[in-house]
Amino acid sequence: MNTLQKFEKAQVAKLGGNKAPDFAPGDTVKVNVKVVEGDRERVQAFEGVCIARKNAGINSSFTVRKISYGEGVERVFPLHSPRLVSIELVRRGDVRRAKLYYLRGRRGKAARITEKAGPIGASAEE
Amino acid sequence: MRTGLIAQKMGMTRIFAEDGSHVPVTVLKVDTCQVVDVRTEDKHGYNAVQLGVGKAKVKNVSKAERGRFAKSKVEPKAKVAEFRVSKDALLEVGAELSVTHFVPGQFVDVVGTTIGKGFAGSMKRWNFRGLRATHGVSISHRSHGSTGNRQDPGRTFPGKKMAGHLGVERVTTQNLAVVSTDEAEGLILIKGAVPGHDGGYVLISDAVKRQAPKGLPFPAALKAKAEAAA
Repeated sequence: MNTLQKFEKAQVAKLGGNKAPDFAPGDTVKVNVKVVEGDRERVQAFEGVCIARKNAGINSSFTVRKISYGEGVERVFPLHSPRLVSIELVRRGDVRRAKLYYLRGRRGKAARITEKAGPIGASAEE
Repeated sequence: MRTGLIAQKMGMTRIFAEDGSHVPVTVLKVDTCQVVDVRTEDKHGYNAVQLGVGKAKVKNVSKAERGRFAKSKVEPKAKVAEFRVSKDALLEVGAELSVTHFVPGQFVDVVGTTIGKGFAGSMKRWNFRGLRATHGVSISHRSHGSTGNRQDPGRTFPGKKMAGHLGVERVTTQNLAVVSTDEAEGLILIKGAVPGHDGGYVLISDAVKRQAPKGLPFPAALKAKAEAAA
């Protein structure tokens, strides 16, 4: 491990390690994120399908897509950002791709993802 | 005027500030930075300290260099550089400097050798606009155009900006902020980019165009001194 990787690992550990649950593309997640409103802060939830994950140490991020008032909305969250309060796993999806960008071209029934069998919180191998 | 430090560029990464904003940082490593020699006004006509950093294999160091290191009783260094200092900031030969020499929030100037770009055209090298995409231009969209006048003066003036070698040049980037330092690992985090490729050596010194903050270690933050205090 070189100095830079060591440094990034220490930074991740300082930010509380991996507090996120084990989730993968296709899963429906609820992301609680801090927003500043005027001069006070509150927690806002963003619920949608995780369509991509990027694993790159401290630069790791994930993309959540939802349909808001008939309009597709995507948001990219840095996984280790201190603005993220928590990530809740709502539903596990059964998909065969790592990046679900094909969902962007689909709406309604065609954009459904089948639920993965097994209890919530259990990973595929278990 | 204080001495600076020699550091090795490790690469760039990001850190999160407390409010969640991202700070792009360059990680610089200072590996056993020692004073190799000093220049004094009485003897040499000017005041400076010569610092060395890293570790060089003895078999790869020339006999003359070995003699210099032996005289000052320090291990052979991979990189040696000289910093001009004021008379009261001269250091003892052999003293080891610490990264706490720089404090978070202060501004520094960083000198490095830029990444080589090879033989570059005038658009990349001098930010020329090139020629038009259409209107009859053929095969010369990225060329520089005219380089002079007609029979009078009948020559291209010296210094005309043309294609040529770009990069591998000593460059100073001024007024970069120090984000933090890590004494145990010998790391300095600097906001933004510094010249050069990863693994290259850079010279860090106090910013010449900014007022130095109060409480900077003077003449320098030395490692042995820190141990004695602890």
